[in-house]
Amino acid sequence: MQSRKEIAADGITIEINGRREFLTAAPDTPLLWALRQQIGLTGTKFGCGMALCGACTVHLDGAPTRSCVTPISALAGKRVTTIEGVSGPVADAVHAAWVAVDVAQCGYCQSGQVMAAIGLLTTSSAPTDEEIDRAMDGNVCRCGTYPRIRTAIHQAAAALRAASGSSNAR
Amino acid sequence: MKRRTFLAVGAGVGGALFVGWALMPPRQRLMPSTGRRTPNGTVALNGWLTIAADDTVTVVVPKAEMGQGIHTALAMVLAEELGCAWEQIRVEHSPIDAIYNNVSAIVEGLPFHPDAHGPLVRSVKWLTAKSMRDVGVMMTGGSSSLLDCWMPMREAGASARQSLLAAAAARLGVDVSTCRVESGAVVCGTSRLRYGELAESAVSHRPDRVTLKAMADFSLLGKPVPRLDADAKSRGRAVFTADVQVPGMRYAAVSLSPTFSGTPAQYKADVVQRMPGVRAVVPLKGSHYGDAAGVAVIADSWWQAKQGVDALTVQWNDGQHASLSSADIMRTLRDAALTGDGLPFRSVGDAPAEIARASRVVEATYEAPYLAHAAMEPLSATVKVTKAGAELWVGTQVPGFARGAVAQITGLDADQVTVHQHVIGGSFGRRLDVDFVAQAAAIAMALPDTAVHVQWRREDDMRHDHYRPAAVSQLRAGIDAQGRLTAITAHSAGQSAFQTASVRLGIPLARFIPDRTTAEGTWDQPYEFTALRSAHTSVSLPVPVGQWRSVGHSHQAFFFESFLDEVALALTQDPVAFRASLLQQHPRALHVLTLAAERSGWGKPLTEVPGAPRRARGIALHSSFGTTVAQVAEVSVSDQGRIRVHRVVAVIDCGFAINPNIVTQQVEGAICYGLAAALDGEITIANGRVTQGNFHEYRPLRMSETPQIETVIVPSLEVPSGVGEPGLPPLAPAVANAVFALTGTRLRTLPLRLQSGAADAGAT
Repeated sequence: MQSRKEIAADGITIEINGRREFLTAAPDTPLLWALRQQIGLTGTKFGCGMALCGACTVHLDGAPTRSCVTPISALAGKRVTTIEGVSGPVADAVHAAWVAVDVAQCGYCQSGQVMAAIGLLTTSSAPTDEEIDRAMDGNVCRCGTYPRIRTAIHQAAAALRAASGSSNAR
Repeated sequence: MKRRTFLAVGAGVGGALFVGWALMPPRQRLMPSTGRRTPNGTVALNGWLTIAADDTVTVVVPKAEMGQGIHTALAMVLAEELGCAWEQIRVEHSPIDAIYNNVSAIVEGLPFHPDAHGPLVRSVKWLTAKSMRDVGVMMTGGSSSLLDCWMPMREAGASARQSLLAAAAARLGVDVSTCRVESGAVVCGTSRLRYGELAESAVSHRPDRVTLKAMADFSLLGKPVPRLDADAKSRGRAVFTADVQVPGMRYAAVSLSPTFSGTPAQYKADVVQRMPGVRAVVPLKGSHYGDAAGVAVIADSWWQAKQGVDALTVQWNDGQHASLSSADIMRTLRDAALTGDGLPFRSVGDAPAEIARASRVVEATYEAPYLAHAAMEPLSATVKVTKAGAELWVGTQVPGFARGAVAQITGLDADQVTVHQHVIGGSFGRRLDVDFVAQAAAIAMALPDTAVHVQWRREDDMRHDHYRPAAVSQLRAGIDAQGRLTAITAHSAGQSAFQTASVRLGIPLARFIPDRTTAEGTWDQPYEFTALRSAHTSVSLPVPVGQWRSVGHSHQAFFFESFLDEVALALTQDPVAFRASLLQQHPRALHVLTLAAERSGWGKPLTEVPGAPRRARGIALHSSFGTTVAQVAEVSVSDQGRIRVHRVVAVIDCGFAINPNIVTQQVEGAICYGLAAALDGEITIANGRVTQGNFHEYRPLRMSETPQIETVIVPSLEVPSGVGEPGLPPLAPAVANAVFALTGTRLRTLPLRLQSGAADAGAT
């Protein structure tokens, strides 16, 4: 449901990384450009403009979404999380694994890779290689970090399972 | 008589000067010609490091970080000799100065076979090193960064260490022999002085002689130290060119001629000028730097600029190359390769004569297409032009040329242009060109005193690339009546990337130097052929070409290593045994080959998995950039003819491996980049236009297609050699050789494509 307050005549209010932001860009502006140029959050990257490469991946209500083809007009009342704002035990485990495995080379695709990986591990605690393929195939890397991304995802998943196993939860 | 005359002429005024310069040792690379401005309390002990009062050591690196890990590797080199703690280390990109000129790439790029070590070769290399130090350029490329900076940075670190020791001894009034370095401090007896406390006084204690550590004493080098940029890159914190935010910045998008050398005839400037946010519509003439003609739109946001470009509705004068097609190009290249002899880069024995009298001749023609770089980061640059000077924010492999391009386009002097270097989202050779920088300067001139960020779309990047040249090669091998290989000839044809790049960068004289990169990978291998002729015919075509990861090796290795398998087959020899027989005088290369065979299980049957397609192995060995790599690929083919690589075992001898983790990353990366090209890489031209524009037309490798990669680094204490590119050339031939072993089909064209049902053809 789009709230009247969130679509004013001269802009749209969207929650980004927990803050309410008033975006004055034209409604058909892709979220990617509103993030990078109006808000100044440059962690989300431009790679193709056609949702073919995944460099622009953010979370929309927690789900990985390609921001280069998502107009801001579609976002009223939604929660956007970018690489700058993603947090919690899954994000921590993914960041830690990424560093431990030394995944990144040029790093340009990695914001999108990390967001996709966090999305996967939020819904799947022990992803198989096939599930990793499906979740990550939309994120292109030209530096060849795929083998290490796979290793890091398995490592993060194991760390999360160990952490939840050692607590009394569930 | 003639020789004496030459010497007499040489001793004239100009001659004496030349001789004098030639005899002087190569100039030092420690202290830059201009002083370094450093923040208060921070001291630049030389051109390669600064030390702050809080002990932070900033390593000044003149090489672009484009994913290859060079900032971490070079920081390790300096930190080792300096004796500081790794935690104190930060890295900063250097300014432009002659001490940072790339000497190694040019010296190693001379057309000498790696085995050639005679006095003439040594003097030419020495003279080249000297001139490159003085008049050369800063350049990241040619897998040369570590070798280029290895000694200068060790000397810089050691020199600083000795200065700090001397400063501590002087301050404490003790003999320097009683002092030692310990993790960023100097300890003399019971006194301990931090580097941060000593840096200022260390400046006046420059040593006369510098003592480097023995390799046996290395405590950091050779360890898999984690990359300095790992955390920032996992959090989106690295600042790429497009991430720079300058107050008041505007954004530009471009529409560039779809045909080579086309120009805009008509466009709706008035309509676009009135669109929301649009500040200017700028006609682009293009320049010798390679930027195409077209139109730019500057607006308050890039999305507005891009919409402006879409609304321009440009009608183009297609220019003289409007009917160019891939079919025509390949026909031209085939004709050139199959007729004439070409310019020889290496002649051993009389190979053509041997082949003429051979009992049997193995002959094949190989082909490779144009390839795009297609890095994840589409090209962009930000320029601000004022009357007083200009600023450039860009990721570049050639900062001096980038600065020069802005200067030339704006009419400013080079020293009025400040270059802010940024990390690069993959380059693979694309950013050895500065066309997009010249273009950004031209656009920024339309809005003086304003930073203008020019962002290319993926389509601009893919259609206005400087492509890996297409090439065709005819290879022949002669076999005598006793079944022995007597000779090999290779005659390839294709454009010269080096020559056209030289013209673009404004060094047209380089046009007259034969481009060794056209045939590299064929004339420079360690194989001991009794007769070899490796030649190339340069063909002039309007397609813009440039350096693509591993340059000539990228296609010549496919041609040569596939052909060697054909020869092995004709001789009924195993591909490994055949190659080994040709490397008996080259123990390092032989070891790489045999280790790859051993680790991959060569010769042992592959485990059959019920229900899964059969697999086979293929091997390739290749030397490039001073490094030798062998790869064994395990491959299967689907019912639809899709090639799948399951596993690659790679053995690399790169001399002393500074950081084995980074070496492994680069081998993995080169294999993936090479595999994408081998399976799907193809830029085609139709009606004078590049067809491919985005990733649905130029398929990148995806996670699900990535093989398991095992990298074995040969332990070595030899001088470090190249790591960024050498892992690429052996991949395509290893895969093609495996496909042959599996199906009996010999693929001689890239990308590798099989017909549906080829998997059932069976191996011979």
